[in-house]
Amino acid sequence: MAAAVTVLLDGIASGMLLFVLSVGLSVTLGLMNVVNLAHGAFGMVGGYVCAVLLNRAGVPFVVCLLAATLAAALLGWVLERLLYVRLYGRDHLDQVLFSIGLVFVLGACADWLMGARQQLIQLPEWLSGRVEIAGVGLGRYRIFLILLCGAVAAGLHFGLVRTRFGARLRAAVDDGTVARGMGLPVGRIFSLTFALGSGLAGLGGALGVEVLGLDPNFPLKYLVYFLVVVAVGGANSVAGPFVAAILLGVLDVAGKYWVPQVGAFVIYTAMVALLLLRPDGLLAKARS
Amino acid sequence: MGRLMRAPLHALPWLAAAAGYFLLPEQLPLLSSIAIAALFTVSLDLIVGYAGVVTLGQAAFFGAGAYTAGLLAQNGWGEPLSGLLAAAAVAAVLGLVTAPLVLRSGALAGLMVTLGLGLMLYEAANKAAAITGGADGLQGVEVWPVLGVFRFDLYGQTAYLYSLAVLFVLFWLAKLIVASPYGLSLRGINGNPRRAPALGVPVKARLTAAYALAAAYAGVAGALLAQTTAFVSLDALSFQRSADGLLMLVLGGLGSLYGALIGAAAFTLAHHALSEASPIFWQLWLGIALIALALFGRGGLMGLLRKLSRSRGA
Repeated sequence: MAAAVTVLLDGIASGMLLFVLSVGLSVTLGLMNVVNLAHGAFGMVGGYVCAVLLNRAGVPFVVCLLAATLAAALLGWVLERLLYVRLYGRDHLDQVLFSIGLVFVLGACADWLMGARQQLIQLPEWLSGRVEIAGVGLGRYRIFLILLCGAVAAGLHFGLVRTRFGARLRAAVDDGTVARGMGLPVGRIFSLTFALGSGLAGLGGALGVEVLGLDPNFPLKYLVYFLVVVAVGGANSVAGPFVAAILLGVLDVAGKYWVPQVGAFVIYTAMVALLLLRPDGLLAKARS
Repeated sequence: MGRLMRAPLHALPWLAAAAGYFLLPEQLPLLSSIAIAALFTVSLDLIVGYAGVVTLGQAAFFGAGAYTAGLLAQNGWGEPLSGLLAAAAVAAVLGLVTAPLVLRSGALAGLMVTLGLGLMLYEAANKAAAITGGADGLQGVEVWPVLGVFRFDLYGQTAYLYSLAVLFVLFWLAKLIVASPYGLSLRGINGNPRRAPALGVPVKARLTAAYALAAAYAGVAGALLAQTTAFVSLDALSFQRSADGLLMLVLGGLGSLYGALIGAAAFTLAHHALSEASPIFWQLWLGIALIALALFGRGGLMGLLRKLSRSRGA
């Protein structure tokens, strides 16, 4: 029983992490219709920024997280302005090639600068170890993940539904031509959104060094997980990808814990089945 | 340039391939791998270049063919040509079964289904270690002499000529298919997917057939690899192989079949040269080439050649 609770909470924590990592993709892929297979690369960049600052400069962990977010957001903004903007509306093959190319280039740079080995970080005192709550042992870092990522999700939901920027983004995505005609700066809205999504991926990458590991292969290794979150979650809300990410996290952790011999097969099968049954996402209303 | 003047050009790749046999006797395994990569890229050209269905999971069929031929040879039936046929049949059936899943939903969901199916097959082969050998690969593949006469030798002479002959035959078969009314209808669907059904073209059936055909081609390429190297590893099913195939295709140029040959040769040679210097280097340049191709150069090397010949002709 205690094991089940631990697995459940570990699953929720890694699901939350997955949500932060992939929510940006649900915007680019789901809303802007750009097949961005390089999304994980922004997570990788954030992870390396965090690892370098923490290990070599001794910067406090929370500051590292902030720096990772900003670095990935900046990179995302620059790449969007320079390159991605040319790919909106192009066919999927171009986007696939471009983003695979980007993954290769960034992976090669990471390999060259940091080496191919796994990066390890030392968490600060207040985040390591476990606490006992009602007889169940919980890692402090998992609790931190759940709280932080939960706050991010809540912030995003509020931002998309309640703020002016959220309303503009929804308008720009619903019908770019009309939005442009109404005087909305659609291009700038897209760049900001792209930067935000990349920054969140960077945050996820930094948070994930301890949980998911980090090496130059990171973007391709977790690509499927990101795609599953988007495909299953749909793209019309924050709640869809959130639910999908948590389901995926719990399934993944439980699968690895109880049936390790089946491995990733469950996840892939679930992805294909869900894509076929609900092409618009788990929470989407039935198509009229 | 007129049709007649172009005729010698059609012979050019095959003359180069034959010359390679005599000029580079030390490099025959590399040349074989070019021929196999070229056949795999032809399969991708059929489905991506002609039918317009982008796939990230073509390695599934390559691997299915490789394991079919490898398992047959391992279990006592090492006759190579029937091995190729069996591989083609298995891959085609797999293509027929999965085509409705891929073509059912929109382009984007279909793309992800191909990725998911490819990964599923990889994971299945990985876990079914009792049959496939898992991560250690399929050992003990014994292939009989081709046509009962030509043994597979240490220098790879038979392997190269065998791969080249299969590529030659299947390349011209593909040429015939894409020039047939069926091939033209595929181009029509690719060019305007809404108009094709209005003209009475059964889109789903045509695309399903193209998907299965491309699968069979990829299966034969995989079987060739299994037979000429007497080994099958999980690499045959990897995402990397699907991605590499797309790169070769786009590097050479879509929708001409010759682009597949040129792209596969250029890619494999560049890989050989650059990754000898350093694998990181190779990855970096490959990435840069991809980005440049995606942004600027849709025609690939074939497009470049066409431009050159046009400007000279004018």
